[in-house]
Amino acid sequence: MASRLGNFFRAISLYDLWKGLDATLRNFFRDEVTVQYPEEKTPQSYRYRGLHALRRYPNGEERCIACKLCEAVCPALAITIESDVADDGTRRTTRYDIDLFKCIYCGFCEESCPVDAIVETRIHEYHMETPGENIMTKDKLLAVGDRFEAMISADKAADAKYK
Amino acid sequence: MTALIPQFAVDFWNSLPEMLRYLTVVTTQIGAVTVGIILTVAFATYFERKVIGFMQGRIGPNRVGPLGLGQPFADVIKLLIKEVVVPTESNRYLFLIAPLLSIVPALATWAVIPLSDEFVISDIDAGLLYVLSLTSMGVYGIILAGWASNSKYAFLGAMRSAAQIVAYEIAMGFALVGVLMAGGTLNLGGIVRAQAGGVSDWFLWPLLPLFLVYFVSGVAETNRAPFDVAEGESEIVAGFHVEYSGVAFAIFFLAEYANMVLISALASVFFLGGWASLFEGWTFLGDSFLREPSFFWLAAKIAFFMFAFFWLRATFPRYRYDQIMRLGWKVFIPITILWIALEGVMAWLEIGPWA
Repeated sequence: MASRLGNFFRAISLYDLWKGLDATLRNFFRDEVTVQYPEEKTPQSYRYRGLHALRRYPNGEERCIACKLCEAVCPALAITIESDVADDGTRRTTRYDIDLFKCIYCGFCEESCPVDAIVETRIHEYHMETPGENIMTKDKLLAVGDRFEAMISADKAADAKYK
Repeated sequence: MTALIPQFAVDFWNSLPEMLRYLTVVTTQIGAVTVGIILTVAFATYFERKVIGFMQGRIGPNRVGPLGLGQPFADVIKLLIKEVVVPTESNRYLFLIAPLLSIVPALATWAVIPLSDEFVISDIDAGLLYVLSLTSMGVYGIILAGWASNSKYAFLGAMRSAAQIVAYEIAMGFALVGVLMAGGTLNLGGIVRAQAGGVSDWFLWPLLPLFLVYFVSGVAETNRAPFDVAEGESEIVAGFHVEYSGVAFAIFFLAEYANMVLISALASVFFLGGWASLFEGWTFLGDSFLREPSFFWLAAKIAFFMFAFFWLRATFPRYRYDQIMRLGWKVFIPITILWIALEGVMAWLEIGPWA
C-alpha cells in the first residue's frame, strides 16, 4: 500500500521526467565535443598506418633491395614485385606495385622490411579519381617518400626506442 | 515623430475615407505580425537545431554566415526552388489546398493575441473561443493531406494525428475553462490584465496542474516530440507529409512551427501574465525597462516556451500510441475536471485569485 502510494506521488510529481530534463540541461551547458574537421584535427599517432612510401638513403640511393619479404608477408597479396640487376650491378626492383584497394593497412610490409624501405606514412587524406589510380607504382611510392622524408624519419626516430 | 511626416502626407491621410484608413492600418498590422511570425519561425528552426545540438554535445549549424545564422534562409531557398511533386493518383485539388488549411489557422489566431498592452489586431470579447475554434481547424489540413496523398503511410499518419489532436483538444479546452474562471473574461487582453500586480498574481500558481496539462497538450496538439507519432519515421516514414515536397512541404513546416510559437504565446498569455514583467516590484532595478511591462517580456516568455519544446524533444523518446491515448483520456481529462471543481470551491470560498 505504502509503495503504491509512493509510486503514485512519484508519477504525479513527474519525478522521472524532471530527472531526464535535468540530464539534457546539464549537457546543454557542457562543452561541445565536435571537431570541426578540415580546420581542426584530432591528434594522430606517429605509428599511424596510412599511405605507403618507398624511402631513399640520404645520398639518393633507393633503400629497397628487392628481397620480396614484404610481398611474401602481405596477407592481402597487395604487393607485386619484379626485380633485375641494375646497371651498377646491384639488385633492384623493376616493378613495385601496391594495390591500395587490396591493402588492409596492417603494416606487415613495414615490419618485415630489413632496410626500412617500404613504410606506411601518417598521410590519410588521399583519394582516387580514375580506375587504375589505386595502384601505387614504384615511381609514385618513391615520390611520396621523397616529399615526406622529413616527417617519415621523424616518426621512425620517435618509434625507434620501442623496437 | 509627427514632425517628421510632411504636411501634404498628413493632409492626404486625413482626406481618405474612414473605412480606407481603417483598412490600411489593419492591413499594415496584419502584414507586420505575419512577417514577424514567419521570421520567428525561420529562426526557431535554427534555434531548435542549436539547442538540440548543444544538448547532444554537438555544435549545430555553423557554416552558413556568422554562427550559421544564414542557415534558415539557405533552407528556405532550397525548399522554394525544389519541385512540388504531385502524386499521379492523388486528389490534386485537396492535395494542394491541405497545406493552406494548416497554415491559415496557425496565422489567423494571432489576430486576437495581445502583443502588448496597446497592440492587438482585433480586440474581440470572445477571444478565447476564437482561439479554441481556430486551433481545432488545423487538424483538417493534416487529415486532408493524408487523404489526398493516396499513400498508406500518409493516411495512417493523418489518422493518428487526428485522433491525438481530438483527444488533447478536450484536455486543452478544460484547462482553458480553468483560465477563464480565474480571469473572469474570454478576452485575452482581459485575462492578462486579471494577472496584473506581480509574479505571485500570475495564474501559473493557482492553476499549476492546468498549466502543465495545457502545455503538454499543446505539445501533443502541434505533433511535436515526444508526441510525434504522426511522423513516426521508424514506422510510417514521415506521416501525413510523406508525399509533399518543395513549397508545399515548406508550408507544412511553417505551420508546425507557427503553431508552436502560437502555443507558446498562448501559454504566456494564459498563465505567465502575457506582457507583464517578471521584476514588477523589484525597486532596486531603478527605472530599467526590465521593470516595465512590454512586448519584450512576452517575447522572452515565448522564447522560454520554445526552448521548452526543444528541450522536451531532446529529452524524451516517442510515446507509444496507446500510451498517448491513455495519457490524454485517462490522466489529463480527470485532472482538469478535478481542478475545475476545486477552482469552483476556491471561488466559492473566495481564496486565491478570487479573494
